Amino acid sequence: MIDHVPLTHVLIVSTLMFFIGAYGFLTRKNLVTMLIGVELMLNAVNINFVAFDRYLFPSGIEGHFFSLFIIAIAAAEAAVAIAIFINLYRNIRSIDVEHVDKMKY
Amino acid sequence: MTWNELLLMRHEWTLIGLALVLIILEIGLSDEQKNRITISASLLMASITIVGFIPAEHGSIFGGMYVTDPIRILMKNILNIGALIIFLQSNAWLSKASMKNRITEFYLLLVSSLIGVNYMISAGHFLMFYLGLELLTIPIAALAAYEQYNSKSAEAGIKLILSSAFSSAILLFGLSVLYGATGNLYFAGFSFTGSLVTVLGFIFFFSGLAFKISIVPFHLWTADVYEGSPTSVTSYLSVVSKGAAVFVLAILLFTLFRVIQPVWRDVLYATAILTMTIGNLFAIRQQNLKRFLAFSSIAQAGFILLGVINGGGLGMATVIYFVLMYVFSNLAAFGVVQTVEQSTGKLNIDDYNGFYKTNPKLSLTMMLALFSLAGIPPLAGFFGKFFLFTAVAENGFYTLLLVAVLNTVISLYYYLLVVKAMFINKSESPIPVITSDGFMRTSLLIAATGIIVLGFYSPVFDYIMELCTTY
Repeated sequence: MIDHVPLTHVLIVSTLMFFIGAYGFLTRKNLVTMLIGVELMLNAVNINFVAFDRYLFPSGIEGHFFSLFIIAIAAAEAAVAIAIFINLYRNIRSIDVEHVDKMKY
Repeated sequence: MTWNELLLMRHEWTLIGLALVLIILEIGLSDEQKNRITISASLLMASITIVGFIPAEHGSIFGGMYVTDPIRILMKNILNIGALIIFLQSNAWLSKASMKNRITEFYLLLVSSLIGVNYMISAGHFLMFYLGLELLTIPIAALAAYEQYNSKSAEAGIKLILSSAFSSAILLFGLSVLYGATGNLYFAGFSFTGSLVTVLGFIFFFSGLAFKISIVPFHLWTADVYEGSPTSVTSYLSVVSKGAAVFVLAILLFTLFRVIQPVWRDVLYATAILTMTIGNLFAIRQQNLKRFLAFSSIAQAGFILLGVINGGGLGMATVIYFVLMYVFSNLAAFGVVQTVEQSTGKLNIDDYNGFYKTNPKLSLTMMLALFSLAGIPPLAGFFGKFFLFTAVAENGFYTLLLVAVLNTVISLYYYLLVVKAMFINKSESPIPVITSDGFMRTSLLIAATGIIVLGFYSPVFDYIMELCTTY
Protein backbone atom coordinates (compact mmCIF):
# COMPACT_ATOMS: atom_id res chain seq x y z
CA MET A 1 0.00 0.00 0.00
CA ILE A 2 2.89 2.27 0.88
CA ASP A 3 4.02 2.06 -2.74
CA HIS A 4 0.79 3.54 -3.99
CA VAL A 5 0.19 6.41 -1.58
CA PRO A 6 3.11 8.84 -1.40
CA LEU A 7 3.92 10.63 1.88
CA THR A 8 2.93 13.98 0.41
CA HIS A 9 -0.69 12.92 0.13
CA VAL A 10 -0.85 11.88 3.75
CA LEU A 11 0.75 15.15 4.80
CA ILE A 12 -1.74 17.14 2.72
CA VAL A 13 -4.62 15.37 4.47
CA SER A 14 -3.16 15.94 7.92
CA THR A 15 -2.35 19.59 7.28
CA LEU A 16 -5.86 20.22 5.93
CA MET A 17 -7.30 18.47 8.98
CA PHE A 18 -5.16 20.56 11.31
CA PHE A 19 -6.33 23.84 9.83
CA ILE A 20 -9.96 22.73 9.56
CA GLY A 21 -9.73 22.00 13.27
CA ALA A 22 -8.17 25.40 13.96
CA TYR A 23 -10.85 27.10 11.86
CA GLY A 24 -13.57 25.24 13.76
CA PHE A 25 -12.03 26.21 17.08
CA LEU A 26 -11.91 29.86 16.16
CA THR A 27 -15.35 30.23 14.55
CA ARG A 28 -17.71 27.87 16.39
CA LYS A 29 -19.92 29.24 19.16
CA ASN A 30 -20.63 26.03 21.03
CA LEU A 31 -17.97 25.03 23.55
CA VAL A 32 -18.26 21.31 22.78
CA THR A 33 -17.78 21.97 19.07
CA MET A 34 -14.71 24.02 19.91
CA LEU A 35 -13.36 21.04 21.79
CA ILE A 36 -14.03 18.84 18.77
CA GLY A 37 -11.98 21.31 16.73
CA VAL A 38 -9.05 20.81 19.08
CA GLU A 39 -9.43 17.03 18.87
CA LEU A 40 -9.31 17.29 15.09
CA MET A 41 -6.04 19.22 15.36
CA LEU A 42 -4.58 16.61 17.70
CA ASN A 43 -5.60 13.80 15.36
CA ALA A 44 -3.92 15.60 12.48
CA VAL A 45 -0.76 15.58 14.58
CA ASN A 46 -1.22 11.85 15.18
CA ILE A 47 -1.45 11.23 11.44
CA ASN A 48 1.74 13.23 10.99
CA PHE A 49 3.65 11.27 13.59
CA VAL A 50 2.50 7.89 12.36
CA ALA A 51 3.11 8.76 8.72
CA PHE A 52 6.62 10.09 9.37
CA ASP A 53 7.41 7.02 11.40
CA ARG A 54 6.12 4.58 8.78
CA TYR A 55 7.50 6.29 5.68
CA LEU A 56 10.72 7.97 6.75
CA PHE A 57 11.97 6.14 9.85
CA PRO A 58 10.51 2.62 9.73
CA SER A 59 13.34 1.29 11.91
CA GLY A 60 12.05 3.06 15.05
CA ILE A 61 8.67 3.26 16.75
CA GLU A 62 9.05 6.67 18.36
CA GLY A 63 6.32 8.26 16.28
CA HIS A 64 3.82 5.52 17.04
CA PHE A 65 4.49 5.87 20.74
CA PHE A 66 4.12 9.60 20.64
CA SER A 67 0.73 9.35 18.97
CA LEU A 68 -0.45 6.83 21.60
CA PHE A 69 0.48 9.27 24.34
CA ILE A 70 -1.26 12.10 22.50
CA ILE A 71 -4.47 10.05 22.32
CA ALA A 72 -4.34 9.30 26.05
CA ILE A 73 -3.66 12.89 27.03
CA ALA A 74 -6.33 14.23 24.69
CA ALA A 75 -8.80 12.01 26.53
CA ALA A 76 -7.70 13.40 29.89
CA GLU A 77 -7.93 16.92 28.57
CA ALA A 78 -11.43 16.32 27.18
CA ALA A 79 -12.56 14.85 30.50
CA VAL A 80 -11.47 17.92 32.46
CA ALA A 81 -12.81 20.29 29.82
CA ILE A 82 -16.25 18.65 29.77
CA ALA A 83 -16.38 18.63 33.58
CA ILE A 84 -15.79 22.38 33.51
CA PHE A 85 -18.45 22.79 30.79
CA ILE A 86 -20.98 21.01 33.00
CA ASN A 87 -20.03 23.26 35.90
CA LEU A 88 -20.53 26.31 33.69
CA TYR A 89 -23.85 24.98 32.46
CA ARG A 90 -25.04 24.61 36.04
CA ASN A 91 -24.10 28.22 36.69
CA ILE A 92 -25.39 30.02 33.61
CA ARG A 93 -27.60 27.44 31.84
CA SER A 94 -25.71 27.72 28.58
CA ILE A 95 -22.56 26.48 26.91
CA ASP A 96 -22.54 29.11 24.21
CA VAL A 97 -19.34 31.11 23.91
CA GLU A 98 -21.36 34.31 23.50
CA HIS A 99 -22.58 33.92 27.06
CA VAL A 100 -19.15 33.31 28.52
CA ASP A 101 -18.39 37.02 28.61
CA LYS A 102 -18.48 38.08 32.24
CA MET A 103 -14.90 39.26 32.03
CA LYS A 104 -13.87 41.61 29.28
CA TYR A 105 -11.41 44.38 28.71
CA MET B 1 18.40 0.51 37.70
CA THR B 2 20.43 1.17 40.82
CA TRP B 3 19.52 3.06 43.95
CA ASN B 4 21.74 5.98 42.98
CA GLU B 5 19.99 6.33 39.66
CA LEU B 6 16.63 6.45 41.39
CA LEU B 7 17.92 9.17 43.69
CA LEU B 8 18.49 11.41 40.70
CA MET B 9 14.74 11.85 40.55
CA ARG B 10 14.46 12.92 44.17
CA HIS B 11 12.39 16.03 43.45
CA GLU B 12 9.74 13.96 41.71
CA TRP B 13 9.83 11.09 44.21
CA THR B 14 9.34 13.39 47.18
CA LEU B 15 6.45 15.17 45.48
CA ILE B 16 4.79 11.88 44.54
CA GLY B 17 5.24 10.84 48.17
CA LEU B 18 3.54 14.05 49.26
CA ALA B 19 0.62 13.31 46.94
CA LEU B 20 0.24 9.81 48.42
CA VAL B 21 0.40 11.16 51.98
CA LEU B 22 -2.32 13.65 51.10
CA ILE B 23 -4.58 10.89 49.77
CA ILE B 24 -4.05 8.86 52.96
CA LEU B 25 -4.78 11.92 55.11
CA GLU B 26 -7.97 12.57 53.17
CA ILE B 27 -9.17 9.05 53.93
CA GLY B 28 -7.89 8.94 57.49
CA LEU B 29 -8.99 12.26 58.92
CA SER B 30 -12.54 13.00 60.03
CA ASP B 31 -14.29 16.14 58.80
CA GLU B 32 -13.39 18.11 61.94
CA GLN B 33 -9.73 17.30 61.54
CA LYS B 34 -9.54 18.37 57.89
CA ASN B 35 -8.11 21.77 58.76
CA ARG B 36 -4.91 20.02 59.85
CA ILE B 37 -4.19 19.15 56.24
CA THR B 38 -2.92 22.64 55.45
CA ILE B 39 -0.27 22.56 58.13
CA SER B 40 0.88 19.02 57.30
CA ALA B 41 0.99 19.78 53.58
CA SER B 42 2.95 22.99 54.20
CA LEU B 43 5.43 21.32 56.52
CA LEU B 44 5.99 18.44 54.09
CA MET B 45 6.37 20.86 51.20
CA ALA B 46 8.90 22.86 53.23
CA SER B 47 10.95 19.73 53.90
CA ILE B 48 10.73 18.75 50.23
CA THR B 49 12.06 22.18 49.32
CA ILE B 50 14.95 21.76 51.75
CA VAL B 51 15.70 18.22 50.51
CA GLY B 52 15.87 19.64 47.00
CA PHE B 53 18.74 21.90 48.02
CA ILE B 54 20.93 19.06 49.30
CA PRO B 55 23.77 18.67 46.81
CA ALA B 56 23.56 15.37 44.95
CA GLU B 57 24.82 13.68 41.85
CA HIS B 58 23.41 14.42 38.47
CA GLY B 59 23.16 12.59 35.21
CA SER B 60 20.57 11.07 32.97
CA ILE B 61 18.37 8.02 33.32
CA PHE B 62 15.82 6.09 31.25
CA GLY B 63 18.08 6.16 28.24
CA GLY B 64 18.36 9.93 28.32
CA MET B 65 14.64 10.60 28.71
CA TYR B 66 15.22 12.17 32.09
CA VAL B 67 18.13 14.55 32.65
CA THR B 68 19.32 16.44 35.69
CA ASP B 69 22.14 18.90 35.96
CA PRO B 70 22.90 21.60 38.56
CA ILE B 71 21.01 24.28 36.59
CA ARG B 72 17.86 22.19 36.27
CA ILE B 73 17.98 21.35 39.98
CA LEU B 74 18.29 25.04 40.80
CA MET B 75 15.28 25.81 38.59
CA LYS B 76 13.21 23.15 40.33
CA ASN B 77 14.21 24.47 43.73
CA ILE B 78 13.20 28.01 42.81
CA LEU B 79 9.77 26.83 41.66
CA ASN B 80 9.40 24.65 44.77
CA ILE B 81 9.93 27.74 46.92
CA GLY B 82 7.18 29.47 44.95
CA ALA B 83 4.84 26.52 45.45
CA LEU B 84 5.60 26.46 49.17
CA ILE B 85 4.65 30.13 49.50
CA ILE B 86 1.42 29.45 47.58
CA PHE B 87 0.63 26.51 49.90
CA LEU B 88 0.92 28.86 52.87
CA GLN B 89 -1.15 31.58 51.23
CA SER B 90 -4.09 29.33 50.36
CA ASN B 91 -5.06 28.67 53.96
CA ALA B 92 -7.35 31.70 54.39
CA TRP B 93 -9.28 30.80 51.25
CA LEU B 94 -9.49 27.10 52.06
CA SER B 95 -10.81 27.75 55.59
CA LYS B 96 -14.01 29.20 54.16
CA ALA B 97 -17.12 27.13 54.87
CA SER B 98 -17.77 26.33 51.20
CA MET B 99 -14.25 24.91 50.80
CA LYS B 100 -14.32 22.76 53.89
CA ASN B 101 -14.47 19.35 52.24
CA ARG B 102 -12.25 20.20 49.34
CA ILE B 103 -8.97 21.17 51.00
CA THR B 104 -7.11 17.97 50.14
CA GLU B 105 -8.15 18.01 46.51
CA PHE B 106 -6.73 21.49 46.14
CA TYR B 107 -3.32 20.44 47.44
CA LEU B 108 -3.44 17.19 45.50
CA LEU B 109 -4.07 18.96 42.21
CA LEU B 110 -1.42 21.57 42.99
CA VAL B 111 1.13 18.84 43.79
CA SER B 112 0.35 16.91 40.59
CA SER B 113 0.85 20.07 38.63
CA LEU B 114 4.15 20.62 40.42
CA ILE B 115 5.26 17.09 39.51
CA GLY B 116 4.50 18.04 35.91
CA VAL B 117 6.68 21.14 36.29
CA ASN B 118 9.57 19.04 37.59
CA TYR B 119 9.33 16.45 34.84
CA MET B 120 9.04 19.13 32.19
CA ILE B 121 12.21 20.86 33.36
CA SER B 122 14.09 17.55 33.55
CA ALA B 123 12.91 16.31 30.17
CA GLY B 124 15.53 14.88 27.86
CA HIS B 125 13.05 13.83 25.19
CA PHE B 126 10.16 15.68 23.59
CA LEU B 127 7.66 13.06 24.79
CA MET B 128 8.72 13.66 28.38
CA PHE B 129 8.50 17.39 27.82
CA TYR B 130 4.97 17.08 26.43
CA LEU B 131 3.82 14.83 29.28
CA GLY B 132 5.20 17.27 31.83
CA LEU B 133 3.56 20.19 30.09
CA GLU B 134 0.14 18.52 30.10
CA LEU B 135 0.53 17.32 33.66
CA LEU B 136 1.29 20.93 34.53
CA THR B 137 -1.71 22.37 32.68
CA ILE B 138 -4.64 20.00 33.15
CA PRO B 139 -4.80 20.08 36.98
CA ILE B 140 -4.46 23.85 36.90
CA ALA B 141 -7.48 24.14 34.62
CA ALA B 142 -9.46 22.11 37.13
CA LEU B 143 -8.20 24.39 39.89
CA ALA B 144 -9.10 27.56 37.98
CA ALA B 145 -12.72 26.35 37.97
CA TYR B 146 -12.50 25.33 41.62
CA GLU B 147 -15.12 27.71 43.04
CA GLN B 148 -18.19 25.70 42.17
CA TYR B 149 -20.85 28.39 42.49
CA ASN B 150 -18.89 31.21 40.95
CA SER B 151 -19.52 31.47 37.21
CA LYS B 152 -16.42 33.66 36.81
CA SER B 153 -14.33 30.78 38.07
CA ALA B 154 -15.92 28.34 35.61
CA GLU B 155 -15.36 30.87 32.84
CA ALA B 156 -11.69 31.13 33.79
CA GLY B 157 -11.39 27.35 33.75
CA ILE B 158 -12.93 27.11 30.29
CA LYS B 159 -10.74 29.84 28.88
CA LEU B 160 -7.66 28.16 30.34
CA ILE B 161 -8.37 24.60 29.24
CA LEU B 162 -9.48 25.53 25.72
CA SER B 163 -6.64 27.92 25.04
CA SER B 164 -4.09 25.52 26.50
CA ALA B 165 -5.49 22.60 24.50
CA PHE B 166 -5.35 24.74 21.36
CA SER B 167 -1.80 25.83 22.13
CA SER B 168 -0.57 22.32 22.86
CA ALA B 169 -2.10 21.16 19.57
CA ILE B 170 -0.06 23.84 17.80
CA LEU B 171 3.04 22.83 19.76
CA LEU B 172 2.53 19.19 18.83
CA PHE B 173 2.16 20.02 15.17
CA GLY B 174 5.52 21.76 15.40
CA LEU B 175 6.99 18.71 17.12
CA SER B 176 5.66 16.37 14.44
CA VAL B 177 7.28 18.52 11.76
CA LEU B 178 10.56 18.52 13.68
CA TYR B 179 10.31 14.75 13.99
CA GLY B 180 9.75 14.43 10.28
CA ALA B 181 12.77 16.62 9.58
CA THR B 182 15.22 14.94 11.94
CA GLY B 183 13.82 11.48 12.82
CA ASN B 184 14.83 11.92 16.44
CA LEU B 185 13.09 13.29 19.49
CA TYR B 186 15.90 13.03 22.05
CA PHE B 187 17.35 16.39 23.03
CA ALA B 188 20.85 14.94 23.14
CA GLY B 189 21.08 13.57 19.62
CA PHE B 190 19.02 16.23 17.92
CA SER B 191 20.69 17.10 14.64
CA PHE B 192 19.40 20.25 13.08
CA THR B 193 20.28 21.28 9.61
CA GLY B 194 18.62 24.66 9.83
CA SER B 195 16.51 23.87 6.81
CA LEU B 196 13.20 25.61 6.16
CA VAL B 197 11.21 22.65 7.52
CA THR B 198 12.90 22.86 10.90
CA VAL B 199 12.29 26.61 11.00
CA LEU B 200 8.59 25.94 10.32
CA GLY B 201 8.51 23.34 13.07
CA PHE B 202 10.26 25.71 15.44
CA ILE B 203 7.77 28.51 14.78
CA PHE B 204 4.83 26.22 15.59
CA PHE B 205 6.64 24.91 18.65
CA PHE B 206 7.47 28.40 19.87
CA SER B 207 3.87 29.59 19.41
CA GLY B 208 2.64 26.73 21.57
CA LEU B 209 5.09 27.52 24.34
CA ALA B 210 4.43 31.25 24.02
CA PHE B 211 0.82 30.61 25.02
CA LYS B 212 2.00 29.27 28.38
CA ILE B 213 4.34 32.21 29.00
CA SER B 214 1.67 34.63 27.63
CA ILE B 215 3.98 36.33 25.19
CA VAL B 216 2.07 38.99 23.35
CA PRO B 217 0.29 37.72 20.29
CA PHE B 218 -0.79 34.80 22.49
CA HIS B 219 -1.62 36.64 25.70
CA LEU B 220 -5.37 37.18 25.33
CA TRP B 221 -6.39 34.46 27.77
CA THR B 222 -4.17 35.78 30.56
CA ALA B 223 -6.15 38.65 32.04
CA ASP B 224 -9.48 36.80 32.03
CA VAL B 225 -8.11 33.61 33.53
CA TYR B 226 -6.14 35.51 36.17
CA GLU B 227 -9.19 37.54 37.16
CA GLY B 228 -11.64 34.65 37.34
CA SER B 229 -9.48 32.02 39.06
CA PRO B 230 -9.18 31.83 42.83
CA THR B 231 -6.25 34.04 43.84
CA SER B 232 -4.02 31.13 44.93
CA VAL B 233 -4.40 29.58 41.51
CA THR B 234 -3.70 32.92 39.87
CA SER B 235 -0.45 33.22 41.76
CA TYR B 236 0.48 29.66 40.78
CA LEU B 237 -0.25 30.43 37.12
CA SER B 238 1.69 33.66 37.14
CA VAL B 239 4.71 32.37 39.03
CA VAL B 240 5.27 28.62 38.88
CA SER B 241 3.61 27.74 35.60
CA LYS B 242 5.04 30.74 33.79
CA GLY B 243 8.45 30.30 35.41
CA ALA B 244 8.62 26.65 34.35
CA ALA B 245 7.68 27.49 30.76
CA VAL B 246 10.32 30.24 30.67
CA PHE B 247 12.99 27.89 32.00
CA VAL B 248 12.17 25.21 29.46
CA LEU B 249 12.12 27.75 26.65
CA ALA B 250 15.55 28.98 27.73
CA ILE B 251 17.00 25.47 28.00
CA LEU B 252 15.65 24.42 24.60
CA LEU B 253 16.69 27.58 22.79
CA PHE B 254 20.18 27.55 24.32
CA THR B 255 20.93 23.93 23.53
CA LEU B 256 18.66 22.34 20.96
CA PHE B 257 17.77 25.27 18.77
CA ARG B 258 21.19 26.92 18.93
CA VAL B 259 21.69 26.05 15.26
CA ILE B 260 18.86 28.35 14.19
CA GLN B 261 19.85 31.12 16.59
CA PRO B 262 19.44 33.94 14.01
CA VAL B 263 15.83 32.85 13.47
CA TRP B 264 14.79 32.72 17.08
CA ARG B 265 16.66 35.92 17.86
CA ASP B 266 14.47 37.76 15.37
CA VAL B 267 11.31 36.13 16.72
CA LEU B 268 12.20 36.96 20.32
CA TYR B 269 13.30 40.49 19.41
CA ALA B 270 9.89 41.31 17.97
CA THR B 271 7.85 39.49 20.63
CA ALA B 272 9.88 40.98 23.51
CA ILE B 273 9.18 44.52 22.33
CA LEU B 274 5.48 43.75 21.78
CA THR B 275 5.10 41.92 25.10
CA MET B 276 6.70 44.63 27.20
CA THR B 277 4.87 47.50 25.52
CA ILE B 278 1.41 46.00 25.27
CA GLY B 279 1.57 44.50 28.77
CA ASN B 280 2.52 47.87 30.21
CA LEU B 281 0.02 49.94 28.23
CA PHE B 282 -2.89 47.68 29.20
CA ALA B 283 -1.80 47.54 32.83
CA ILE B 284 -2.19 51.32 33.11
CA ARG B 285 -5.94 51.24 32.51
CA GLN B 286 -6.80 48.35 34.85
CA GLN B 287 -8.86 48.90 37.98
CA ASN B 288 -9.10 45.32 39.22
CA LEU B 289 -5.86 44.41 41.00
CA LYS B 290 -5.82 40.83 39.72
CA ARG B 291 -6.15 42.04 36.12
CA PHE B 292 -3.53 44.66 36.90
CA LEU B 293 -1.11 42.02 38.13
CA ALA B 294 -1.97 39.88 35.08
CA PHE B 295 -0.84 42.60 32.69
CA SER B 296 2.14 43.40 34.87
CA SER B 297 3.14 39.73 34.66
CA ILE B 298 2.80 39.85 30.86
CA ALA B 299 5.17 42.83 30.85
CA GLN B 300 7.59 40.98 33.14
CA ALA B 301 7.54 38.03 30.71
CA GLY B 302 8.66 40.47 28.03
CA PHE B 303 11.58 41.49 30.21
CA ILE B 304 12.53 37.85 30.78
CA LEU B 305 12.77 37.40 27.00
CA LEU B 306 15.59 39.97 27.03
CA GLY B 307 17.71 37.48 28.92
CA VAL B 308 16.74 34.62 26.63
CA ILE B 309 17.79 36.60 23.55
CA ASN B 310 21.36 36.70 24.86
CA GLY B 311 21.72 32.97 24.20
CA GLY B 312 24.78 32.43 26.40
CA GLY B 313 25.75 31.78 30.01
CA LEU B 314 25.04 35.34 31.08
CA GLY B 315 21.56 35.15 29.55
CA MET B 316 20.74 31.91 31.36
CA ALA B 317 21.97 33.29 34.68
CA THR B 318 19.96 36.49 34.34
CA VAL B 319 16.80 34.59 33.41
CA ILE B 320 17.12 32.35 36.48
CA TYR B 321 17.91 35.30 38.76
CA PHE B 322 15.01 37.32 37.38
CA VAL B 323 12.53 34.46 37.88
CA LEU B 324 13.84 33.98 41.43
CA MET B 325 13.22 37.64 42.21
CA TYR B 326 9.90 37.52 40.36
CA VAL B 327 8.73 34.56 42.50
CA PHE B 328 9.24 36.54 45.69
CA SER B 329 7.95 39.91 44.47
CA ASN B 330 4.87 38.63 42.69
CA LEU B 331 3.91 36.29 45.51
CA ALA B 332 4.24 39.08 48.06
CA ALA B 333 1.89 41.23 45.97
CA PHE B 334 -0.57 38.38 45.46
CA GLY B 335 -0.40 37.53 49.16
CA VAL B 336 -1.53 41.02 50.15
CA VAL B 337 -4.23 41.04 47.46
CA GLN B 338 -5.47 37.68 48.69
CA THR B 339 -5.53 38.74 52.35
CA VAL B 340 -7.64 41.77 51.50
CA GLU B 341 -9.87 39.78 49.15
CA GLN B 342 -10.56 37.04 51.69
CA SER B 343 -11.48 39.36 54.53
CA THR B 344 -13.32 42.14 52.66
CA GLY B 345 -13.91 40.94 49.08
CA LYS B 346 -12.38 44.14 47.71
CA LEU B 347 -10.17 43.95 44.63
CA ASN B 348 -10.15 47.43 43.08
CA ILE B 349 -7.26 49.85 43.29
CA ASP B 350 -9.61 52.57 44.58
CA ASP B 351 -10.58 50.37 47.50
CA TYR B 352 -6.99 50.55 48.67
CA ASN B 353 -7.22 54.31 49.35
CA GLY B 354 -6.03 54.97 52.88
CA PHE B 355 -4.81 51.38 53.26
CA TYR B 356 -1.65 52.51 55.06
CA LYS B 357 -3.63 54.19 57.87
CA THR B 358 -5.36 50.95 58.83
CA ASN B 359 -2.92 48.22 57.78
CA PRO B 360 0.63 49.62 57.81
CA LYS B 361 2.42 46.25 57.68
CA LEU B 362 0.44 44.87 54.75
CA SER B 363 0.80 48.10 52.79
CA LEU B 364 4.55 48.18 53.42
CA THR B 365 4.84 44.61 52.11
CA MET B 366 2.79 45.53 49.05
CA MET B 367 4.99 48.59 48.51
CA LEU B 368 8.11 46.47 48.72
CA ALA B 369 6.68 43.99 46.21
CA LEU B 370 5.60 46.66 43.74
CA PHE B 371 8.89 48.57 44.04
CA SER B 372 10.73 45.34 43.40
CA LEU B 373 8.59 44.57 40.34
CA ALA B 374 9.14 48.11 39.08
CA GLY B 375 12.88 47.85 39.68
CA ILE B 376 13.72 50.46 42.30
CA PRO B 377 17.38 50.27 43.34
CA PRO B 378 18.09 48.57 46.62
CA LEU B 379 15.55 45.78 46.01
CA ALA B 380 15.93 42.52 44.12
CA GLY B 381 13.90 43.68 41.12
CA PHE B 382 16.40 46.40 40.28
CA PHE B 383 19.25 43.93 39.98
CA GLY B 384 17.06 41.49 38.09
CA LYS B 385 16.32 44.12 35.45
CA PHE B 386 19.85 45.49 35.53
CA PHE B 387 21.36 42.08 34.77
CA LEU B 388 18.82 41.49 32.00
CA PHE B 389 19.81 44.80 30.42
CA THR B 390 23.48 43.81 30.72
CA ALA B 391 22.71 40.57 28.90
CA VAL B 392 21.04 42.48 26.04
CA ALA B 393 23.83 45.02 25.90
CA GLU B 394 26.38 42.21 25.60
CA ASN B 395 24.82 41.33 22.25
CA GLY B 396 24.68 44.97 21.15
CA PHE B 397 20.88 45.17 20.78
CA TYR B 398 20.80 48.81 21.82
CA THR B 399 17.41 49.64 20.28
CA LEU B 400 15.83 46.80 22.24
CA LEU B 401 17.59 48.06 25.36
CA LEU B 402 16.18 51.54 24.81
CA VAL B 403 12.64 50.16 24.43
CA ALA B 404 13.11 48.10 27.58
CA VAL B 405 14.32 51.09 29.60
CA LEU B 406 11.39 53.20 28.39
CA ASN B 407 9.06 50.39 29.42
CA THR B 408 10.58 50.32 32.88
CA VAL B 409 9.65 53.99 33.22
CA ILE B 410 6.06 53.29 32.09
CA SER B 411 5.79 50.39 34.51
CA LEU B 412 7.03 52.60 37.33
CA TYR B 413 4.06 54.89 36.67
CA TYR B 414 1.38 52.27 37.16
CA TYR B 415 3.06 50.50 40.07
CA LEU B 416 3.30 53.86 41.79
CA LEU B 417 -0.43 54.45 41.18
CA VAL B 418 -1.17 51.59 43.57
CA VAL B 419 1.41 52.80 46.08
CA LYS B 420 -0.09 56.30 45.87
CA ALA B 421 -3.57 54.92 46.51
CA MET B 422 -2.32 53.13 49.60
CA PHE B 423 -0.18 55.87 51.11
CA ILE B 424 -1.39 59.25 49.87
CA ASN B 425 -5.03 59.06 48.80
CA LYS B 426 -7.58 59.67 51.52
CA SER B 427 -10.73 57.63 51.85
CA GLU B 428 -13.97 58.00 53.81
CA SER B 429 -14.22 54.28 54.41
CA PRO B 430 -10.81 52.62 54.14
CA ILE B 431 -10.35 48.84 54.40
CA PRO B 432 -10.75 47.95 58.10
CA VAL B 433 -7.88 46.54 60.14
CA ILE B 434 -7.13 43.00 58.91
CA THR B 435 -5.55 40.31 61.05
CA SER B 436 -4.20 37.67 58.70
CA ASP B 437 -3.51 34.13 59.89
CA GLY B 438 -0.08 32.75 60.76
CA PHE B 439 0.36 30.98 57.41
CA MET B 440 -0.14 34.16 55.43
CA ARG B 441 2.19 36.11 57.73
CA THR B 442 4.90 33.47 57.35
CA SER B 443 4.55 33.50 53.57
CA LEU B 444 4.71 37.29 53.40
CA LEU B 445 7.73 37.26 55.69
CA ILE B 446 9.51 34.73 53.43
CA ALA B 447 8.67 36.76 50.33
CA ALA B 448 9.67 40.12 51.83
CA THR B 449 12.93 38.67 53.16
CA GLY B 450 13.60 37.21 49.73
CA ILE B 451 13.07 40.58 48.05
CA ILE B 452 15.45 42.38 50.41
CA VAL B 453 18.10 39.68 50.73
CA LEU B 454 18.36 39.10 46.98
CA GLY B 455 18.92 42.82 46.59
CA PHE B 456 21.70 43.11 49.14
CA TYR B 457 23.38 39.71 49.02
CA SER B 458 25.31 39.42 45.76
CA PRO B 459 26.77 35.86 46.18
CA VAL B 460 23.37 34.54 45.01
CA PHE B 461 23.96 35.87 41.54
CA ASP B 462 27.61 34.81 41.56
CA TYR B 463 26.49 31.28 42.41
CA ILE B 464 23.94 31.19 39.57
CA MET B 465 26.46 32.69 37.16
CA GLU B 466 29.01 30.03 38.08
CA LEU B 467 26.51 27.25 37.33
CA CYS B 468 25.59 28.76 33.99
CA THR B 469 29.07 29.16 32.54
CA THR B 470 28.66 25.88 30.65
CA TYR B 471 26.05 27.42 28.36
